[in-house]
Amino acid sequence: MRSNDIILKTTSTIIVFVILAFSVNLFFAGHNAPGGGFIGGLMAASAFILLYITFGLKTMKKVLRVNFRYFIAAGLLIAFATGVGSFIFGQPFLSHTFGHFHLPLLGDTELATAVMFDIGVYLTVIGVTMTIILTIAEDRG
Amino acid sequence: MLQYAVLAPFLTALFVPFFFRYIRAIHTGWLILPIPFGVFAYFLSQITTIAEGQNHDSLVQWVPSLGMNFSFYLDGLSLLFSLLISGIGTLVVLYSIFYLNKNEKLHNFYVFLFIFMGAMLGVVLSDNVYALYLFWELTSLSSFLLIGYWYERQASRYGALKSMIITVLGGLAMLGGLILLTIVTETTSIREMIAASDVVLESPYFTGILVLILLGAFTKSAQFPFHIWLPDAMEAPTPVSAFLHSATMVKAGIYLTARLFLLFGGTDIFFVLVTGFGLLTLCWGSYMAVRQTDLKAILAFSTISQLGMIMTMLGFGTKAAVFAAVFHIFNHATFKGSLFMVAGIVDHETGTRDIRKLGGLMTLMPISATLAFFGAFSMAGVPLPIFNGFLSKEMFFQTSLDLDTTSPLVASIAPFVPVLAVLGSIFTFVYSMYFFFHTFTGKTRGELKMKPHEAPIGMLISPVVLVIFVVVIGLLPNLINGAILTPATAAIFGEIPNKHIVFWHGFKLPLYMSLIVVALGVILYLTRAKWQAVYEWIPGVLSANKAYDSIYNMKFRIAGKTTRTYMTGSIRHYVLYILIFIVGAVGATLFVTDGFVIETADLAPISWPEIVVGLVMAVAAFATIVMKNRIAAILVLGVVGYGLSLLFVFFRAPDLALTQLIVETVTVALFLLCFYHLPKLDTEKTTPGAKTVNIIISGSVGVLVTLIAIASHSSKSFETIAHYFIKESHHLGGGNNVVNVILVDMRGLDTLFEITVLGIAALGIYAMIRLRDKEEID
Repeated sequence: MRSNDIILKTTSTIIVFVILAFSVNLFFAGHNAPGGGFIGGLMAASAFILLYITFGLKTMKKVLRVNFRYFIAAGLLIAFATGVGSFIFGQPFLSHTFGHFHLPLLGDTELATAVMFDIGVYLTVIGVTMTIILTIAEDRG
Repeated sequence: MLQYAVLAPFLTALFVPFFFRYIRAIHTGWLILPIPFGVFAYFLSQITTIAEGQNHDSLVQWVPSLGMNFSFYLDGLSLLFSLLISGIGTLVVLYSIFYLNKNEKLHNFYVFLFIFMGAMLGVVLSDNVYALYLFWELTSLSSFLLIGYWYERQASRYGALKSMIITVLGGLAMLGGLILLTIVTETTSIREMIAASDVVLESPYFTGILVLILLGAFTKSAQFPFHIWLPDAMEAPTPVSAFLHSATMVKAGIYLTARLFLLFGGTDIFFVLVTGFGLLTLCWGSYMAVRQTDLKAILAFSTISQLGMIMTMLGFGTKAAVFAAVFHIFNHATFKGSLFMVAGIVDHETGTRDIRKLGGLMTLMPISATLAFFGAFSMAGVPLPIFNGFLSKEMFFQTSLDLDTTSPLVASIAPFVPVLAVLGSIFTFVYSMYFFFHTFTGKTRGELKMKPHEAPIGMLISPVVLVIFVVVIGLLPNLINGAILTPATAAIFGEIPNKHIVFWHGFKLPLYMSLIVVALGVILYLTRAKWQAVYEWIPGVLSANKAYDSIYNMKFRIAGKTTRTYMTGSIRHYVLYILIFIVGAVGATLFVTDGFVIETADLAPISWPEIVVGLVMAVAAFATIVMKNRIAAILVLGVVGYGLSLLFVFFRAPDLALTQLIVETVTVALFLLCFYHLPKLDTEKTTPGAKTVNIIISGSVGVLVTLIAIASHSSKSFETIAHYFIKESHHLGGGNNVVNVILVDMRGLDTLFEITVLGIAALGIYAMIRLRDKEEID
């Protein structure tokens, strides 16, 4: 069937990593530059979709043994837990804080609790996008 | 103490099912008979204190902040009614023990009956108008249940529903009147309202209050034209008819009119409404009663007519008339209660209530015949001192002649009143004779289901007791005068009457009127067969029942038709309604409030790329409308989306631009995926007219939204809060991307729920596709 897509497959394998890297970059840059969990998540999802388009559903099922529906749950749980976490410090729901830390490899780094919330957004968006598209794609109705 | 008297029947009702379930050997009625009797005994014991002018109250708080309390109050009027309710209640329970056998649904019967009894006591004892209304509706409800007691019968259900609809209609009107009264007088207590009578009389709502409250009283007391529910309520078991539909519930309206007499009495409008409708009811009820063939139907129309007579006397508003009304309330309860019980006995012992089949029962049922004789002759007002009905009727004639004619309106009506009173009484005489003679004398007509014989002694006790009252009061009317009637009249009228009831007035006008009634009544009764045809003309084909039925059915027809015209099931139509409403309501508001302004001072300059993109988007948007191909329409719609993302770039919103770009791509892809499976776009089959409507509506929505956008941009009422976000983003949120800081930090809650929405949407799509019923698709 798909006998002659060697170029597609070769380029895709490279491009996927570029897209994923860009997605991570968008995600971490979000606090100071355009980007953030939502765009990053969509970008990561598009990388996965590219893989699915190139290699087909059957192959991907063997290689990528993840259930994207769990992403939704995990993302929502993280986002919610971030909000609840502020109760430990006697703060209102979803209070955020940030600070500058000296980390071994990265040097002086700004860490914000808002990033944890953004991880939740990131995972949810990936989960949602992939669930919708894979569900429709797998449908034989 | 008073509250326990009201509470006792309700509490009993609570225990009745247990008695019925666990003590099967004894008829449930015996077990609960002491309750109404105890209540009756309690009220009897209050007679002397009330007669001395002392009144009782008791207060149980309910919703004090709204002025709603169970405040009970016992004066002469309440005492009269309480004695009737508990006394006749006791007799009815006793009678029902023999009337209903143990195979009936006795638990239902006695629960309903005791709820009714408690509610009725609540109505007559309540001083708080809202508590009064509560009990009032409880009587409607329990009456509904009792009429529908044999719910397997279609006629029972019809009668129950009819009485419910009519009495609740009046009840709600009355609630409106009571609320207005509360607003005007700023109190919920009836006594305080009466004390503030002049405020009510001067209030602009006076007519409204009066009409609404009288509507409640008229529907409950079966006054013309609301009398139609009462004959149909005869589907109830006979003890119920005797209790509710002759002695107690139908007098609730009378009670209310009497209770508020001090508030309204003496005004022309009160006289015209109460006397007018009372006389109309009196004549119409007695006229129609002659036509009936069912014993209970005769009694029902008779009740209607007698209630009209009492109403009329209340409408007269003189001291003597009020006294006569009170007297007749008492008398009517005694003779009508006994007559209903006799009708029940006849039904029970012969198997039919159809008067055309009955006859010659006097020798077979001598005691019942005697009882019926006293009841019917008292009802007719036959001039003999042994009938209490004659005394009150005589007083009725007397007061109809002595109207207070100071008001010109009353003076102009007054001459017709005695004529109508006599007319109504003639027919009363005719149907009373018909009731007695046709049932008990002559020969047996037709085949009876069972061989008639005298009723068991237990069944006869109650009517005997009532008939004893008929005779004793007929002979010694002053026996209850000072104890019961005078305090009741004082409570209604506000002054203590100095009234001595005498049988013999001498040869005066009222006596001649009575003799005319008897003479004409006898003639009419004997020639009955010759003039029966008159009913073919009046009422002929017209009747209030027919009007009720056609209104009732028309209601469903009209409602159905209305709903079918606009609930078409077409989403296109519903969207049309919504849009028309928005354009109408918002457009009118914009126009009326003069809300449209244009402020051009702080408009930003427009660059040519923005113009180009805007034009392309406009063209693309228009193209989607006229596009014939589905796929093409989606792609062209994508142009709008990408154009928007470009605009975001121009307006310096990189995050939005990025998101819009990706989301637009995903949406277009999904659209293509879905629409790939759909059939080709059909050419629209709308008529040119509908199309024009659509164009007009969508055009006006567009114009409206544009106007609102311009107007809201032009009127900046306060400073934007954006400056705060820009200033504090780095300092508080630790980030330079203000949009992102707002999304995850300052307004993080919105984001939390937005991703929840996304998650739900994804799971929804998953569920719809994966879990759908495969068979349904095939």
